[in-house]
Amino acid sequence: MEIRIIKFEFTSQIPTNVRNQSRSVSSQSLTSTESEWKLPSPRVVGMILVILTETALFTIFVVAYLYYIGKSISGPYPHEVLELPILGTVMLLSSSVTIVIAEQNLHKGVNSLFNLWWVITALLGIGFLIYTGVEWHKLIYEDHLTISTNLFGSTFYSLVGLHASHVVVGLILILMILILNLTGCVKHYHHEHVIMISWYWHFVDAVWIVVFTVVYVIGAKS
Amino acid sequence: MPNGTTITESGTELQPARPGEERGTATGWLQDLVFTVDHKKLGMLYVGTGLFFFVLAGIMALLIRAQLAFPNGHVTSPQEFNSLITMHGTVMIFWVAMPIVFGMINYLVPLMIGARDMAFPRLNAFSFWLTFFSGFFLFLSFVAGPGLYGASGAPDAGWFAIAPLTSSAFSKGPSIDYWSLSVLISGIGSVTGGINIMVTIICFRTRGMTLHRMPLFVWLSLVTMFLVVVFLPPLSAAQIMLTLERFLGATFFDAQAGGSAILWQHFFWIFGHPEVYILVLPAFAVISEVVPVFSRKPIFGYPMMVAATVLIGFISAGVWAHHMFTVGLNSFGVTFFAMATLAISVPTGIKMFNWLATMYGGKIRLELPMIFAIAFLFQFLIAGLTGIMLGVAPFDWQLNDSYFVIAHFHYVIVGGILYGIFGFLYYWYPKAFGRMLDKKLGLWHFWLFTIGFHLTFDPQHFAGVLGMPRRIYTYHPGRGWELWNLISTIGAFFQAAGTICLVVNLLWSARKGKIAGDDPWDAWTLEWATTSPPPDYNFETLPEVRSRRPLWDLKHPEDPDWKFE
Repeated sequence: MEIRIIKFEFTSQIPTNVRNQSRSVSSQSLTSTESEWKLPSPRVVGMILVILTETALFTIFVVAYLYYIGKSISGPYPHEVLELPILGTVMLLSSSVTIVIAEQNLHKGVNSLFNLWWVITALLGIGFLIYTGVEWHKLIYEDHLTISTNLFGSTFYSLVGLHASHVVVGLILILMILILNLTGCVKHYHHEHVIMISWYWHFVDAVWIVVFTVVYVIGAKS
Repeated sequence: MPNGTTITESGTELQPARPGEERGTATGWLQDLVFTVDHKKLGMLYVGTGLFFFVLAGIMALLIRAQLAFPNGHVTSPQEFNSLITMHGTVMIFWVAMPIVFGMINYLVPLMIGARDMAFPRLNAFSFWLTFFSGFFLFLSFVAGPGLYGASGAPDAGWFAIAPLTSSAFSKGPSIDYWSLSVLISGIGSVTGGINIMVTIICFRTRGMTLHRMPLFVWLSLVTMFLVVVFLPPLSAAQIMLTLERFLGATFFDAQAGGSAILWQHFFWIFGHPEVYILVLPAFAVISEVVPVFSRKPIFGYPMMVAATVLIGFISAGVWAHHMFTVGLNSFGVTFFAMATLAISVPTGIKMFNWLATMYGGKIRLELPMIFAIAFLFQFLIAGLTGIMLGVAPFDWQLNDSYFVIAHFHYVIVGGILYGIFGFLYYWYPKAFGRMLDKKLGLWHFWLFTIGFHLTFDPQHFAGVLGMPRRIYTYHPGRGWELWNLISTIGAFFQAAGTICLVVNLLWSARKGKIAGDDPWDAWTLEWATTSPPPDYNFETLPEVRSRRPLWDLKHPEDPDWKFE
């Protein structure tokens, strides 16, 4: 992820003159019926593909969780220890709203409001992580459920942990943008970069809806 | 402009280390290799890495064949034999076939679509170096520690690392960790590479190259990379689970804790079967470029070729459990996967017939790439036919895990994919090096390798039908397997001789080969419009693409293709 961001920074400095040089040569020398030659932005396509491949990764962990519901041969079982993470869910899902508000302010050019909503988004994400940490602390020290206790523990910690690790990556990206913006490095041609990071953040939220449904609703009664 | 300044500054800082400054000296040459983000150099590095590991894994194959040449053989110990078959399979798939596939797509796709470079050049270098070092990481296992029986350091649980053999109860040493972590790392490299190539194809085509004018090679690369992006993560996920199990005591595949060893097989083959298509589609791509150029006819049925490719991509997602017929699926599962397996042979058949129809009535030039392409057509036909046989579940119940299966998939991978790769080398080597590969040595390579291939793998069908199981260390005389195994071993050494011819040819021709010129084959795709080897910036000018054969249009202004499309 970090590498991708740095790359965007650099390639965005040169696109119009160098990268399209060959194209402009050909377009001058030829009369074309197709005067419009526009292709999708590599950032957008790249992010869609990242989301696609991450979806495939999560699918396997979700399938493993669904397959092993009710297959644990020793406790603790989900219905004994799991509580609905209402607060964490509200925080994470509302961060998808705040990041959109931040984006709108970016488009309007109101930098201070962008920073404000961007920080709120980051705080909500951190809040979600703290909530998960508290939940895990209770599960490990009070309920004695670890990754090696039973199948529930293995599938629970791997799926929720994989999601949490994606939240961490998202937070790193968000904080990076914040620092870059505070130092004045985010220019108008970087708006698409920022939007791609918000896409990633929406994806992390969407995955949480799936994880929530699978872990805390479907699997909770077993 | 603080941002702009920092960029310029970091640019000047990098100046002394820029490749090419000290060209000619050893350090300059090394810097060129290590720092490059050029898709052509990375493509050649990929192919070179693949060929290097091809030699290593080929030596393992020779040891395996030497062990099996005679009954009750003792060339290797049983433990070493387990390591050899595991390493041979793993290395051939992940560090020979995959890097060469990525290398050829890396080299050719930006040239064919008229782009300056890949979409994300540094990500491209990142992908390559992950692949490169993960391969060496796997080979470190030879000196790292005890495996299954404490005797050998290399992974020894089979190339698909079957559970529960991989659990820490049975594989005490770190060998399985080397397997899963190195393949995981190379998987990350492949996925990032796949995303990069897809973005390049979608976003960086030159003016006028609409989707229905892309060369078939590019189309097949696009579908291949889609499969990489979607079907490599399941393997990574399964390997993460395996690693969690081995290091943290998770119980995913541990039947004693309620887990399922069969789930591992499902996860592995959800990756494993599309992987076959990830490897074979680029070979199809090479054949789809070579056959028209050497038959002097445009490809027959271009839209059908594209549709068949996309269809193969989709159906390949639903055939994985045909590797698991003998595991015990329910009757619905067996029927579904058998039917899907038979269905996927239909688009593959369409491709075969389209290649034949392209050759039919053409003015065929028997140059080396075409010779390999023709051999590909014969051999891949047989591979496909035995594939249909194995797709029929009752037949598979009889012959699964026998040498018939070994013969089948070696026909696919060697007779099909590797011949595609050979065709690629002979066809595009002049573009990459500016010199032709020697034809006489190439013919020696072809005949030695083809004779060796058939000597090796044709008899294995018979040995399999006679009941010889795969993965056995040795066998007793008197079961009718001796002759077939002996012929097989002799054939393996023929293949080795052929490979030596290839390697010598590749090295010798780079300096002494005949000068090729920009367009030695009188071809029609854009990569032949630039010099050989192409300059760093690929193209000075590009023709506007108005048909599927832009170079034909340029060479024949009186009879351009676009009038008929």
